This record gives sequence, structure tokens and C-alpha cells, in this order.
Amino acid sequence: MLEIKNLHVKLEDEEKQILKGVDLKVEAGKVHAIMGPNGSGKSTLSYVLSGRDGYEVTEGSAELEGEDILEMEPEERAAAGMFLAFQYPVEIPGVGNMTFLRTAVNAQHKARGEEELSASDFLKEVRAKAKTLKIDAEMLKRPVNVGFSGGEKKRNEILQMAMLEPKLCILDETDSGLDVDAMKLVAEGVNALRDEGRGFLVITHYQRLLDHIKPDVVHILAGGRIVKTGGPELALEVENNGYAGILAEEA
Amino acid sequence: MALPEVKQSATEARLSALTLPESGCLKAARQAALSRVQTMGLPSRRDEYWKYTKPDTLVQADAPKAAVFHADEVPMFNAFERLNIVFVDGVFDAEASDDLELEGLTIDRIEDICCKDIHWAKDLYGVLEARGQTPVERPLAALNTAFASDGVAIRVTGKVSKPLNFTYVHSDENSDAILHHVIRVESGAEVTVLENGPAASRFNKCMEIDIADGGTMHLVRAQGRDHERRAATHLFARLGTESVFKSFTLTVNGVLTRNEAVIELTGDDAVAHIAGACVGDGDFHHDDTVFITHDAVNCESRQVFKKVLRNGATGVFQGKILVKEGAQKTDGYQISQSLLLDDDSQFLAKPELEIYADDVACSHGSTSGAIDEEGLFYLRSRGVPHAEATDLMTLAFLAEAVDEIEDAEIAADIVSRLEGWLARRR
Repeated sequence: MLEIKNLHVKLEDEEKQILKGVDLKVEAGKVHAIMGPNGSGKSTLSYVLSGRDGYEVTEGSAELEGEDILEMEPEERAAAGMFLAFQYPVEIPGVGNMTFLRTAVNAQHKARGEEELSASDFLKEVRAKAKTLKIDAEMLKRPVNVGFSGGEKKRNEILQMAMLEPKLCILDETDSGLDVDAMKLVAEGVNALRDEGRGFLVITHYQRLLDHIKPDVVHILAGGRIVKTGGPELALEVENNGYAGILAEEA
Repeated sequence: MALPEVKQSATEARLSALTLPESGCLKAARQAALSRVQTMGLPSRRDEYWKYTKPDTLVQADAPKAAVFHADEVPMFNAFERLNIVFVDGVFDAEASDDLELEGLTIDRIEDICCKDIHWAKDLYGVLEARGQTPVERPLAALNTAFASDGVAIRVTGKVSKPLNFTYVHSDENSDAILHHVIRVESGAEVTVLENGPAASRFNKCMEIDIADGGTMHLVRAQGRDHERRAATHLFARLGTESVFKSFTLTVNGVLTRNEAVIELTGDDAVAHIAGACVGDGDFHHDDTVFITHDAVNCESRQVFKKVLRNGATGVFQGKILVKEGAQKTDGYQISQSLLLDDDSQFLAKPELEIYADDVACSHGSTSGAIDEEGLFYLRSRGVPHAEATDLMTLAFLAEAVDEIEDAEIAADIVSRLEGWLARRR
């Protein structure tokens, strides 16, 4: 599904190398978690994969189903099946959430040469999916993320994910700013999307999200490299010993 | 005080190209206006009030040529019931217009004010314009009162069932039109007036609106998008107790537009909202100049102006709220914002507050900015292509001004016009 080889990334504006050779392979149907201390490059990895400005790939490659994604525009990556659930979903005053969802869904259908959803089919689908995420009609009408609580924003991300049905979902610290109940709700939304054909990359500081979204593989990212890979038990080790312990072990 | 020589000669040159229309009982009003023009002189770029907008082409004797833009799209405000009033190059077109009859109002041409002895119109023509000359001079409005060649007098006495729709057709590339409308909204009456079209190569329009206690008027205009047209418009409104006046103006293209709105809140609890959205590309200069005077208790005024500018287009906003002594509990709000789509475009804003009462709430703000990159990336990361995402963000920026239009159908028409403009620029 996703294959990253020897990925080196620096900031465009300054000589600061952030990723220093990341190798990672996410298979369809699997959930990979990336954990790591602050400043290890976790968010950079998610932004580089989704095509945000400000980063320069100096070496290495990233392919989604065999296609080089690093040369693509963000919208092309989305159409190819990439989805990033933002750590801080962006507020867009003046654009209705529903308009936004519909524009995005239709744009992707168009890019893939598929037919656009009819207004009524779209509405039906949004309502059904919103309901399971406890997103009410009022939230759908409001401008994108404006005045949403932290939990509402994250649920809105998952709703977008559910509507766009991507092949690879990257969740960037989706647990940040959520209380336990909100986290459960979000995790349920994510789990409902787990599917044989879909890969997940879950980026998080803490093990607690992984109690709800059970990973198949856990990686530790530190200093711009993946320093350790293991099963779900690795997340527990982080919880018990902290990153310092693991990093010392690997050094 | 004698006028500076340059101004004097420019004013004389302009006046010599005009003849005062024969107009019986309006003669005194026209002559008084003419002497106001002669005293003030026409605007020059040295005038403080014209610091950001060059008045030269609005003042010069002959109108600069402006090509007629042939649009193959549905006319504005076409989808709903309305009474059509059509002017071609500033001349009333009876054939293209509907019968000027509608329950709750009367419509007459200004040339008929005298023979029909329409008292209220005689008492209004040039009056609000003259009041609006202090504290700031507006010579182009006085010129209009003196020389207007056509226009209508509308008296609204009831709740009118459908909007009046003025269509200003531009058909002659050398046309130079001066129109003057007077509107009186009687106590408790209510009307919606729509205006659209470029009108002429050069258009000088003046509208005097007198709203009696408890009257309501909505005005929505879409200034035509002939690229080379020029326009100077003045809106003078006087609001009585508990009256409401809400106006929205869309400006798409046009090489030069100056829209002045002079609003006087003279009765307690009156409400005035003045909003505008403009989109300009390239050789485009758009100036909103607003002067709102609070002269009564507990009135509300609101100014919301948004401009989208690209390829060297210029936007100007001069907006003032004057709160007179005793106008307590005034609620005044003013926002002017521009979205600059490139580094060549500019926005010049001069927000002003002048307050002589001590129990008021007034706020103003002005911003210029580029498109929000974060928002753009967010939309693109969901698969929305760059051009479409930019358009969405642009419409979102304009939304706050468009939202000032209360009627959903009219607002939808305005939005579709904006979408068309954006789509043609992809």
C-alpha cells in the first residue's frame, strides 16, 4: 500500500534536516502506529506525505500502490487515496461544512473519472455516517470547523475520512485534545473503517489511543529515523518505560 | 473663497458641455445645485476626499469611450417576480419596461414631477443632496441634481408585493448618462429596489431616499461589468424613527467606480446597513465612500465591505461614522476587508469615527490579506483542486458581505454572478 524508502526531509527555509532516512511499509488491511517523542519528525512525516508546502525531500521515495506520490499535488494525492486527519483541523469561515464535503467528494470522483454522487444520494450518505459519529445536522450546516469543540473537530475529520473512503489514512495525533469519551467515539469511527483494502498510519504520543485503535505494528520514530519496530507490546513498553528507556536501549 | 485656477477651469470646461434641462418647478432646485457646483468646483486630485481616487475622467467634459460588453448570460434578478424599469444609456425605455403600476406605490418620471404637481418629490429633489454637502463636499452629486436628464420619483405607501428592478443598459460606447431618482417611503411602507447594469460609458447617478417613521427599504444593486465603464454614484438616505434601510452593492469589473453613501439617522431606533462586495481584475479601481451620521437615540448602523483584488486592481474604502451630541445608545459597526490575490493589487482604507456622545458602542476594523494558505491546503488535501479551492476561499471571504442581503433568492443571484466571475478566471 504505502512504501517509504530512505526518506530524507529538510525544512525548505532553513538548513534543518528533520527526517533522516525513514523506511516504512504499510500493508493494506493493517494498522501501523508511529510513536515518538516531541520533535522526532512525526508530524513532518504526515505533512510530507500529504503534500504540504515548506518541506523539501532531499533523498528517498514514497509510493502509494506503486505510484510516486512525492511529485503529486495535494489534491492528486487525495484522489490517489491518501487522507490525512489533521492534528489541528483548519477553520474555514464562510464555507459550509456540507458544501465542503460535497465539493471534496465530487472533486475526487471527477479526478478518478467516476460519476458524481447525486445530491440526494450524497445527503443520505452524509446523514447516515454523521449519525454514527454523533454529528448533528446543525454541525453539518455550520462553516467548516468554526466554533467546533476539539472533539467535534476530530469527529469531523473522521466523517470526512468516511465520506472520502481513502486507501491510506494517516491520523496525526488524533487523540490530542480529546477526553476519554470523545476518544472512544473517534476510535469507533476509525475502527468502523478498518478494512482489508485500507491501510492506516496512526501517529501518536501516547499509548492510550492504541487501546482503542489496536495496531498491528508499532514503530518508534526518534531523531528522524525509525529506531525500533515491534508489535502492540512495544506501545506498552513506551507507556511503562518512556521513550528515554527505549532510546537508551537502542543507542 | 475663489477656487484654484485649475479647478475653476476644469469645472467650467465640464459645465460648458452641459445644458440645464427645462424643468419648470425643479428649475430652482437645479439652479441652486448649479451654483453649489460653481462654488465648490468639481473634484480634483488635490482634494483630500479624492486622495485615493483620481476624479479626472469623471470630471472631464467628454466621457471616455467604453466598449459595450456583450454577455451571453441570464440577466440579473431574472428568476423572480419584479417590476422592470429600463434605462438605455440613461434614457427611460418605456417599451422595455413594465407598466409602471403596482399596488402600494406610484412611479413617475422626474420630467413629470411638475406637470403632475407631485409635491413630495418637489420637496425632496436636491434636498438630501444639499444636506449631504456638509461637512464634506460632494460636487458630482450637485452636478447630478443640476443636470440629471432622467430618473424617477417613487412614492411607497404600502407593503409592495414585488421588487422594483432597474436595469441600466449600456449600448453606446460614448454615452454619458446622468440619472437622478427620488424615493419616499411613507410611514410603515416597505419596498425592495434592485438595480443592475453598467448604464453608460460614464454614469453619474444620484438617489435620494427619504424614509418616514417605521418605513423599510432594501436596495440591492449589481453594477454592470463592462470593463471600461466609469461610474460615480451617490446614495443619500434620511431615516426616520424605527425605519430601516439596508443596501448591498456588488461591483464586478468596471475601470472606475466611486460609490458614495451618505446616511442620516434622524429618528430614534432607526437601522441602516450598508454593504458591498467587489471583485476586480487588472485595470479596476473601486472606491466605497460612506458617511453615516447618527443624530438620534438608539440607532444602529453597520458597514460591511469586502473587496477581492488581483492583477494590480485597486480598492478604496473611506468610511466614517459621525455620532452627534445627544445620539446616545448608538451602535455603530464598520468593517472593510480586502483579499489581495497577488502582490500587485492594493487596498487603501480610511476608517473614521467621530463621536460627540458618551454612551455609544462603535467599532471599526480594516484588514488586507492574502488567501489563507492553511485553509487552502486543507481543502486541497481533501481532493479539491487548487483553482476550485481558491474560489471557495474567495467566496467564503465575500460571504460576510453577501450575508447582509436578507432575501435568499436575491443573495443566490449575487453569488451565482460571483461564481461566474471566478469561473471565467480559472
